[in-house]
Amino acid sequence: MWLKFEQRPEPSRLMRYLSPLLAVGLMVASGMLLFHLLGKSPVEGFKVFFLNPIQDKYGIAELFLKATPLILCAVGLAVGFRGNIWNIGAEGQLLIGALAGGGLALHFHDTSSLLLLPAMIIAGALGGMFWAAIPAWLKTRFNANEILTSLMLVYIAELIVSWLVHGPWMDPDGFNFPQTRLFQAKATMPILVAGTRVNAGLLIAIGALIAGWIFMNRSFMGYQMKVAGQAENAGRYAGFSARRTVWIGMLVGGAMAGIAGVAEIAGPVGQITEHISPGYGFAAMIVAFVGRLDPIGIFFSGLLMALLYLGGEQAQQYLALPYSISKVFQGLLLFFLLCSDVFITHRIRWKK
Amino acid sequence: MQPSLLSSILFATIVAGTPLIITAVGELVTEKSGVLNLGAEGIMSMGAVAAFAVTVHTGNPILGILAGMVAGMGMGLIFAVAALTFMANQVASGLALSIFGVGLSAFIGKPYESQTLPSVAAWNVPGLHKIPLLGHAFFEHQGLVYFSWALLGAVAWFLYRSRLGLVLRAVGEAPVAAHSVGYNVVRIRYVAVIFGGAMAGIGGAFLSVFYTPLWVEGMVAGRGWIALALVVFATWRPARVMVGAYLFGGCMITQMFVQGSGIQLNIPSQFLSALPYAATIIVLVIISHNKNTIRLNSPASLGQPFSPEA
Repeated sequence: MWLKFEQRPEPSRLMRYLSPLLAVGLMVASGMLLFHLLGKSPVEGFKVFFLNPIQDKYGIAELFLKATPLILCAVGLAVGFRGNIWNIGAEGQLLIGALAGGGLALHFHDTSSLLLLPAMIIAGALGGMFWAAIPAWLKTRFNANEILTSLMLVYIAELIVSWLVHGPWMDPDGFNFPQTRLFQAKATMPILVAGTRVNAGLLIAIGALIAGWIFMNRSFMGYQMKVAGQAENAGRYAGFSARRTVWIGMLVGGAMAGIAGVAEIAGPVGQITEHISPGYGFAAMIVAFVGRLDPIGIFFSGLLMALLYLGGEQAQQYLALPYSISKVFQGLLLFFLLCSDVFITHRIRWKK
Repeated sequence: MQPSLLSSILFATIVAGTPLIITAVGELVTEKSGVLNLGAEGIMSMGAVAAFAVTVHTGNPILGILAGMVAGMGMGLIFAVAALTFMANQVASGLALSIFGVGLSAFIGKPYESQTLPSVAAWNVPGLHKIPLLGHAFFEHQGLVYFSWALLGAVAWFLYRSRLGLVLRAVGEAPVAAHSVGYNVVRIRYVAVIFGGAMAGIGGAFLSVFYTPLWVEGMVAGRGWIALALVVFATWRPARVMVGAYLFGGCMITQMFVQGSGIQLNIPSQFLSALPYAATIIVLVIISHNKNTIRLNSPASLGQPFSPEA
């Protein structure tokens, strides 16, 4: 052992904010190393991956478009993570939310009511909550580990989507493609900036950030969640119900993920297919951590993660690298963050 | 002689359960040392892709397994550095490892997508494989199936009959006490985590080189998570891992047999495919229902970081 960590007398506030930046720096550096190893110019790789995607209005709009589901899911997850509720099934909750909202859109395909879109969003939230309620119930009633149950439900949700788009909900005029018919205008999110795809979903995400900030920092329940998460026993002595913490953590996460699902199908996707989400529910966990489980942080980390998705598309197009390079960057980022966090409570001591 | 249906079902169940046993036994050892590594899905993915790539280039499945094992050890090492040296939250680090491993394996595996390997020949146990019914089911397997049985026996012996196993369990139950009598808790945990990684890597290698000799993105399909659930199901006891793994193996092959048998069922295939995942949930519920079983059997320090200074 050459390096040892020495406990700081008290956690460093400075490092709390520096560690995400350090993590981003390390991710970029290792990304450039990766480009080098792949025989690409690191500078060129950096440009293509991190700068290309946001060089014009359309690119920046795409950044916010991609950030929308990530931010929505991450705010919801952060509420749970603060209370030590490990909902890792946001991806499934997103899909079930999309089915609930999308089902409504398909059923009322001919309506001209302006209420359709709001109803879809509410249905999406309820759908996501329902899917999250299953692990919550299994946890509170049967003590079953929510990490594993919520994750298993992701696979089940994917199979339900697959069944619906191959079967009952398949577009009759779709030449047998596994997808539903395209949603009508009243069932799609209004575009915010003409000439781009960024839509009203972004406003919902920003609303969720504000609501999340108020809940976490200004409400008694948010405080209870935090205490329960940081010091379980203290929470118990104070009479905070662990059961309620689980329910709130899971349901808020599910509702947000469900809304994110509707934002996708009523936004860029425009129908239900098997490819509603390129893993937004999982990436959102990274967004939540990198954002320090804090709405302001989540806003920025959501944009960063969106950039990683866009960068992956660019790398695929201009560097002929597989799209999954995005996920490599995402995983690296989370690792570096988790490791940098040691500096909040410790400092390095070098040993001979 | 054509093996009977029952014999075939048993055979397929054992094959499907094998990667689960190997991975879950590795995780069991890791957890016994007090470390919760949720990265099994990512490690298996890396093991699968490494094994496949090396087997494609060398034509040698043994080298493939070794590559899968080395990849798994590397992944275990990454996790150990984060969770043990940097004392990062184990749950979060494990999730990171899973996301990273699934992503990186997809990245590395892109050029190998849609390639296939010749299937690896089975090794029939002399004499025993001629037993009617059971012979085919148990003794006409590929080598890794026998390896999974040997592994189970070895780990059970190690944990409960060897001195080192006792030390490992002590580190998981009471790291502070183990530290105070002079054991290097962090180093022992490093070894346990890397061993767990090696096994998950082999579990992944089994999938891509033996089970379905091809590589496709997402082919691990939750088996890493199911293996984690198996450890809970087994209440941290090796023999029960085997029972659980074959239970799940049976679940996984049910759909193949139903679909292949020509029985006209009015059930969409997706519902059958969901069976193993639903079964995992149900089994977890049944086992976790009694809080005492979990509390008494899980290693007392599971998931808690340990710092030798504190």
